[in-house]
Parts: sequence; structure tokens; C-alpha cells
Amino acid sequence: MAAVDADSLRGPGLLERLRPGRTARRLMRNRAFVLGAILLTVVAVVTLLAPWISPSDPNRMAVRFRFREPSWEYPFGTDNLGRNMVSRVLWGGRLSLEIGLWVVMLNAVFGVMLGAVSGYFRRLDGLLMRVADALMAFPSVLLAIGIAAALGPSVTTVVIALAVVYIPRTARVLRASVLVVRELDYVQAARACGASDLRILLRHVLPNCMAPLIVQLSFVFAYAVLSEAVLSFLGLGAPPTTPSWGILIAEGRSYIREATWLTAIPGAAIAVTVLGLNLLGDGLRDVLDPRLKVDAR
Amino acid sequence: MSAPLLTVTDLTVAFRSDEGMVTAVDRVSFAVAPGEVLGIVGESGSGKSVSALAVMGLLDKAASRVSGEILFEGENLLALSEKRMRTIRGRRIGMIFQEPMTSLNPVFSIGDQIVETIVHHERLGRQAARERAVAMLDKVGIPSARRRLDDYPHQLSGGMRQRVMIAMALACSPKLLLADEPTTALDVTIQAQLLDLLRDLQAELGMAVVVITHNMGVIAEFADRVSVFYAGRVAETAPAEALFDRPSHPYTRGLLASTPEMAEETDRLRTIPGTLPSLAKPPPGCRFAPRCDWAVALCDARRPPLEMVGEGHASACLRAAEVAGGTVA
Amino acid sequence: MSAREPLLSVTGLTKHFPVREGLVVEREVGRVRAVDDVSFTIGHGETLGLVGESGCGKSTTGRLVLRLIEATGGSVSFEGRDVLALPPAELRALRGAMQIVFQDPYGALDPRMTVEDIITEPLAIQGGHSGPQLAQEARRLLDVVGLASAHARRYPHEFSGGQRQRIGIARAIAPKPKFIVCDEAVSALDVSVQAQIVNLLQDLQQEMGLSYLFIAHDLAVVKHISDRVAVMYLGHVVEIAGKRDLYADPRHPYTQALLDAVPVRHPRLRRKRARLTGEIPSPLDPPPGCRFHRRCPLAQAVCSAERPLLREILPGHQVACHFAETTGKSPVTGPKP
Repeated sequence: MAAVDADSLRGPGLLERLRPGRTARRLMRNRAFVLGAILLTVVAVVTLLAPWISPSDPNRMAVRFRFREPSWEYPFGTDNLGRNMVSRVLWGGRLSLEIGLWVVMLNAVFGVMLGAVSGYFRRLDGLLMRVADALMAFPSVLLAIGIAAALGPSVTTVVIALAVVYIPRTARVLRASVLVVRELDYVQAARACGASDLRILLRHVLPNCMAPLIVQLSFVFAYAVLSEAVLSFLGLGAPPTTPSWGILIAEGRSYIREATWLTAIPGAAIAVTVLGLNLLGDGLRDVLDPRLKVDAR
Repeated sequence: MSAPLLTVTDLTVAFRSDEGMVTAVDRVSFAVAPGEVLGIVGESGSGKSVSALAVMGLLDKAASRVSGEILFEGENLLALSEKRMRTIRGRRIGMIFQEPMTSLNPVFSIGDQIVETIVHHERLGRQAARERAVAMLDKVGIPSARRRLDDYPHQLSGGMRQRVMIAMALACSPKLLLADEPTTALDVTIQAQLLDLLRDLQAELGMAVVVITHNMGVIAEFADRVSVFYAGRVAETAPAEALFDRPSHPYTRGLLASTPEMAEETDRLRTIPGTLPSLAKPPPGCRFAPRCDWAVALCDARRPPLEMVGEGHASACLRAAEVAGGTVA
Repeated sequence: MSAREPLLSVTGLTKHFPVREGLVVEREVGRVRAVDDVSFTIGHGETLGLVGESGCGKSTTGRLVLRLIEATGGSVSFEGRDVLALPPAELRALRGAMQIVFQDPYGALDPRMTVEDIITEPLAIQGGHSGPQLAQEARRLLDVVGLASAHARRYPHEFSGGQRQRIGIARAIAPKPKFIVCDEAVSALDVSVQAQIVNLLQDLQQEMGLSYLFIAHDLAVVKHISDRVAVMYLGHVVEIAGKRDLYADPRHPYTQALLDAVPVRHPRLRRKRARLTGEIPSPLDPPPGCRFHRRCPLAQAVCSAERPLLREILPGHQVACHFAETTGKSPVTGPKP
């Protein structure tokens, strides 16, 4: 029904607006979301296809061709060992995005578990949230550096360090939604029907906390890509033989005056990816969470 | 009746929505005389709140289209600039809303908020404005008003907040007060207190009031004249007593019959079958026809005009006389 | 009321919400006495109306009875079983017999489930039904509450407020309960729709022999639907009586004030009334003695010293006022019962 009245503008709020078909349509009309989605699709497709579209092996050296400026032959130039930067950026993106995805997945699993337990079963809430607060009190990059330094440099280290940094934030976001949803009447109704806590949590509470979670995870992805670069840059990430965008920047740092492209191009790749993720997250938030912004038409 | 203070003629408000343009208010006309209390009664989706927002110029211009004429003291409000409108809003027309919690800013004390309104509209020093604020709070029945001035909204109960809203709306002695569901969120004893207060203030200040409500009880307690809204149109308009004595539109009759009365005892409530029509695809003729026991073929053919059925009493029903007679078709 | 054992009998029901403060170690700094020593009974097929203003504890009482929140004290006996003492498994098994219909037709239905899944959830939880059986039952329930069975696969947002309330009622009657708490079940609806839902509830009561605890703030609706009415003020029941007695001859000064505040039903009946002054005190720090005494026109010294207990002053008419014999239209004479 289209009861367009001031009543319906105030009315049902968040839950009411989460309609599957309608949400998709509104997302398609949201410019930030569409632009973010396009940027990310391009980045994802190009990096996924790296093994097939790379002009050469990312580690193949050709000392004769070192420090070539970007040209038709080498669109992104070559580095100090004559490696083709197109290949290295494409392959590097694979690693960066892979790390980002792992961090997001770990966040989705553990952030949701901790947030749900904390918000739904209030008994553990105090303890869990104090620990989360303590972790969040450290500057995130500093904490990640500390963890990575303690574990020794590797890809796994980066994933673990970033997961530890961002899981408390995700758990907090989810806990806040769970606290709201668990008090809603339909949760009470399920309880009145004899539903167990597990059933209530899985069928009623979590599905209705998805919107803020999805938004949060898109931002975690962006931060993870960015932080991976920082950790690799500091030598705490993947070994140099497996290029990631952070490592490319670290390697190019020594030649930043003579060969600007060695840092600028992977830097731009990170910027485009993070921009895409942030736009996507903003768009999702505008559409899924109208408390923050009413219909962006 | 003296010359009306507010005359709304053929007001139409349309919103953009997923289903295309939705006409929430469709050529609605009503008038308020100085010192008169007009009650606008209707259910959700009737267009009553949207009409009030249109009078205040508070509709989102990007999302809505407004046409018709709103004459207030001889000026067409729809033709005024936003800047000019701001000098009318709050000063010459006051407004109170349903939700006293969300209508007050939680970070300022109530005194500051009333003073702000007064200083904004009148050349008055802050000290003098503060004195006026105390007087206003006193007038709306807030005990030890001077001390409460520095309270924040959350320190007050719902009833007290609504009193503060009234004090704020009346601080600049407006000629017209728009009250949109002023007592809906409140308990029945608090509602009774507030209706008494509004009636006393209205008589004392001689201002006109438009009270918008879904509650026939509020109408019976407070209104001099009534307009019944249904699905964006005026179904019936009448002096209050005449409306309750001789409801001349089937919707009004249904509304009165489905209100469980305090004095009568019946086994079953009379109901209006069906639900409100979609405003995106309204019925072609009379919008009430699909739910109406009295409907005839002609009702679906064209919009029935508001026609006089008595002194100041008009009904938009082709069979108004029979309906008033009360024998079901 | 039948002479049989009542279906539900509530005795001394109490709920205090602790107010805690402290950053690391929380300590109790006060208690909100939301429900305090509340007793009533509901017979088979009977409707008890529960009225009072916001914050009086009527909604909390409804949820305590269903054990959706845990009580601080008192007992709830349903068909002879002590609901508040049942172990979790037995409680879950009993839940089907005691159901609830909520006020907010928007918040009461999970927006991500189809109507069919919503209304058959109680049966799915009970187990023992196949998918097709559930689907068939869903269609039957929709028909019972006056919705087209074609609606089964739709989502809640596709319905109007009144239709959603019908869905909520379908869910409540699905496990064939004996008792339903209607928590402001018609308060959020438009008048014309409200009447439809009230009639539906009455029809269902007839067909299924249901008992209702009908919680509402609208005295007119309560009068229409109830057999007996209980009035709550600040966590206490102050008066219980058959509805005719209560509305015609209210004995507690608060009940009298509440009824007096109901809007007139015709403009010609407008009158100047002695309004109740002041507002409901905080349940965090309720007044001693009779909780109403600070607003009561009849208050005496004894009212602030001693809490008046609910006592029967006329057959079936219980009042918690020291002066209940003299407050009514006709004073009660003779020995106190």
C-alpha cells in the first residue's frame, strides 16, 4: 500500500525499509554504490585474471630493461631489476585482495560470534566488551605492527594481525544491532512460542542484523587493504618474492625520485580499491540504514 | 462568521514514490475563522498531517508538488519565499507536534529554546525574552516555572514536554495554532489536562486552532467545527454538534459507529469493511465507494462534490440526505 | 465466572528491575518497582481487562505471566501448574497454550520471513508436522483470521497495519492456546480497523473458548471486550470488578479520575471537570503507603502511613483504598465482608 502520509514517513523505520526487491532497486539508483561496485568489479576481474593477462611472470628479471618509464611497451614501466610492473601490480593485487578477503571472513565469523554472544547472552557482555575496548584503545596500525612483529613476517601474520585489530570493531557493531533486535516484539513472540535461544538467534536476530554488518565488513575490507600495505611496507608482511601492493611501494621507495611510477602506480591501485570499497560501503549504508540518511534520491 | 483567518482552497499535494506520483492530498478546501477551533479528523493516510505541513511550508520541496491556494491574513503562503515564510512560522502561526520528545532539542535547556524562538521573531533583549518564557511556562501550568527554565527536555515527563511545546508555540502570540495529534502520545488523564489547557488558552488569547487528530473524543471535547478527511479528500465538514447529531457521509457514520462508546453497550462493534485505498491507484469516483454500504453506480463514475446539507454543513456524498436520515440502503 | 478452578491465577506477582551503576564492578543503586504484589484470576473463556497509564506496569505484568521476563516474586498458576517454577523444557512445552498478541503491527513480525513461516513457526517449533501440513495449516489460519490464503507467500511489509495484526493473531492461535495476552493489541490501529480486530478477537474467543488478558489504555475498548476489569497504578492493582460495576460505580479515587478523563462522546456533553493534578510518581521511589495518596483528593494521614490492601467490599468488587466503603455512589453499609 502506498499510504503516503507524514505517518508513513515517520512510521515503521529501519526494518520496514529492508525489502529485498526494493533494496536492490534503490541500490541501483544510488550513485555511490554503483560507482563503487564498478571500480571494485574492474579491480577484482583484472587481478583475478592476472595469470592469463599478465604480459610476463611478475618475477622475471631483465636487467637490460630496468627503470623503463611507462610506455606503450611497458604501460606501468619496469623496476630496478627490469621486472614488468604491469605483471607485478596485477599479481600484487591478488595478494592484497586475498589478504583483505581473509580478514573480512575472519571478521564475519569471529566478529559475529563475539557480537552475537555479547549482545544476546548478556552474561559475557561485560568481560567481552571490556577486552574489545582495551584492544580498540590502541591505534589500529600500531597494534597490528606489534602483533606482526611478535609473530614474524608472513602473509598469515598479516591476516592474523589485521583480524585481531578489526574483530573487536565488528563485534561492537553487531552487538549494538543485536541489542536492538533482541528486544523487538517478534523475538518475544518467538520466545512465547517456545523457540530456543539458538533458534531465535539464528532465525530472527542475526538475519535482521545483516545490514549494518555488511556495511561494516565493506569498510573492514578497505582498511585491511590499506593496512596490509603499511605492514608490508615496514617489512612485516609477505616475503618480497610474492609481491603485494604494499611490498611494491616498499621496494619503489628507494627510487622514489628517479622512478616515481614504482610507488605511484601501486599507490593508485590501493587508492582506487579503497575508494571503491568506501563508496560501496557508503551506498550500502545510505540504502540499508535510513536512520543515517533518508533516501538519497 | 467573520472573514476567515486561514482559507485553504483546492490544496493538492503529490509525492514522488516507487509507484509513481501519489496524490496524498487531492483538492482539499477548508477555512478557519479567527478564534475558531477547527478539528481535522481522519485515519492514517487521510492527508490530514500533510495538509498541516503544507500550510506551514514544511514539506520537502524536492520530493513533493504542492498546488492550490493557502490564504493566511490575505497572503498566499504558497507564493511566499522561504525567508518570508520563516517570519510567519512560529510568529504568526505556531505549531505543536505529536512527539514532544523529538520536537524539542535535547541538548538545549527548555528556557533557551523558548528564548531562542522569542528572540528570533521579536526585537527583544534576552532578559526580557527570559521573563516572557517564565510567564509562558507559568501560563501552560508548569509548576515553579522559573526553576524549570534550566531543565533539559529529558528531565520532563511527556505531558510536561508537551506543555513546553505549547509554551514555545504560543510565545509570540500567534493568530493560529496548528496542533498535529497533540495528545496522541499521552495518557488519558494527561490528555484531559492538556485539552483543558488548550481550550483555556484558546479562549484567553482568542487565537484560532486547527487540531488534527484521529480521535473522535478529542473532536468532541475541543472542536467548534470539524472537517472529516478520507484518502486525501474532505468527506464532510460541519459544526461539531451537527456532525455528531447528523453525520451525513457514510464514512463519518462508520467512524462514529466503530468507536466503542463509553455509555452504550453493544455485543459487536460496527466496522467499516475493507481497508484504505491505495493513493497511487485510487478508486475512480468517490474514494470511499469500495467500502460503502450506500454506494450506487454513479459513485464510481465521478468525484462527488462537497454540497451543503445544512447550516455550515457540507457532505461529499451523492446520497447525503439519505445517509443523514440514517436508514441503510 | 464459573465455579470451577480459574484457568489462570496470579498471586503476589512482583518484578523489581535493579538499577545498576559502576564502570567495572556494578552495584545496585536502586530498584524500579514495576510490578508489586499483583494478584488476579482469569476464568475459562473469560476476558480480564487490565488498564492503567504508561509506566503502571500493565505490560510488564502480561510478560511476567507468560514468563517472557523472570519475576522477582509471586506465583502464576496456569491449569494448576506453577509457570514460574517450571524447568525450561517443560516451560517450552507449555508455551503453546499461552500466547501473546503485540501492540506494534510493524515490530511484531520478522520482516525477513514469509507470512506462512511466521504463522506456522509455533507449530514448526513443536515439531511433528511435515512441510505440506504446515503450508495447509497456514492457509487455514489465514482463512480463520480473514486473510486470503494467497497471502501466505508474501512478506509482512506488503500488508497494512490491520492485516499485520491479523497475521499476529494467526500466529498466536496456531498452537491452539487456551490463553492469550493481548498487549495493547488494537491500540496502534485506526478506529475503523480497530473495530474489525476487536470483533475478530471476540469471534475467536467464542469459537476456541479462549481466555484473554486484555491490556490496554483505552477504557472504551476495554469496557467493550472485557468481562472483568483490573485497574493498575504504579505497580499495584487498585481495583478489580465486573465491568458494569467498575464503570458504573468506581470505588478507587484513581479509577474515578481515570474514567472522568475519558473524552466525552458528544460535544454537548462537554463539562468542566475536577482534573487529576500532578503526574505519576517515579516507580524508582514510590510514595509510601498508598501510592496514589499525593494526587488523591480524599487522602488522609493513614494513606501515607499504611498501604491499603486489595479487599472485597462488594461481591466480586475488590478495591485497594482505605475509604472504599464511602467513595462510591452509594456507601456500603453493614459489616465489612
